[in-house]
Amino acid sequence: MHIMEGFLPVQHSIGWGLASAPFLVHGANRIRKILREQPEARPMLAVSGAFLFVLSALKLPSVTGSCSHPTGAGLGTVLFGPSVVAVLSAIVLLFQSLLLAHGGLTTLGANIFSMGIAGPLIAYAVFKGAKALGAGIGIGVFLAAFFADLGTYVVTSLQLALAFPDPASGIAGAATKFLGVFAITQVPLAITEALLTVVVVNLLLQRGVNKDASLQTLSRSAL
Amino acid sequence: MTRQNLILIALAIAISILPLFMFSDGSAEFSGADGQAEGIIQELHPTYEPWAAPLWEPPSGEIESALFALQAAIGAGILGYVLGRRHGRKSA
Repeated sequence: MHIMEGFLPVQHSIGWGLASAPFLVHGANRIRKILREQPEARPMLAVSGAFLFVLSALKLPSVTGSCSHPTGAGLGTVLFGPSVVAVLSAIVLLFQSLLLAHGGLTTLGANIFSMGIAGPLIAYAVFKGAKALGAGIGIGVFLAAFFADLGTYVVTSLQLALAFPDPASGIAGAATKFLGVFAITQVPLAITEALLTVVVVNLLLQRGVNKDASLQTLSRSAL
Repeated sequence: MTRQNLILIALAIAISILPLFMFSDGSAEFSGADGQAEGIIQELHPTYEPWAAPLWEPPSGEIESALFALQAAIGAGILGYVLGRRHGRKSA
């Protein structure tokens, strides 16, 4: 559930757009480099984007009695690192804002920041951390996808709280209210996303993907 | 690993349908969380007017769900194509 069209003040729209821009440029450069130097990684790039398309189209019911959708950003992050996912997320968000009136062009920068930048950075850190602690790939992928999904909505809540502070209790008060709607709803969805991400990674591993250079983060560092 | 995947998929389905049983008395609307956030914004800042509207909106809920299905279908198609191709290459 992205921030709706027109629902961020102009300064915030511009600010988040400027904050997201360098990540997008970096990500586009990395994708170009991957396509040039590792043409064999092309199908995995497609899988990462495709997973984002599927998961962010699934509006699922949650224990709060409302609906939201997962993001799908964890898979691309463990495969290619966070900057690539910024670009893939931007494509999905553009599709949704133009064809589905979901999210919006004026809130695109903020939504790219939460789903395509903050989420993947969290996933990357969690995945690296889990690996350093000796967790297997399955556990690492699960945790990375879970925290990327949940983290995205925590950031969305904070973005809204910054834009719409509570007249009485300020930004913190507003954050609590938005987190109550977004973050709690998202917990079961983040678990679902994490389970499905492990399923896809299992399918990839069964097909010998770990022998490719394409599983960059699984094999070596990829920022 | 196939067995593990089946268990993981079953769990994902269970978590997704659990809320439907929790609110089987009809007390939940299962509306979008973004709509609820809009409610909070209006409550905190009643004078805020969105300064932009979507360029185009799906004319009905049916068409919107068709486009969401299209989005999922594009993704699932690509996912199935790549996984199937790899599977075929491995067993060939």
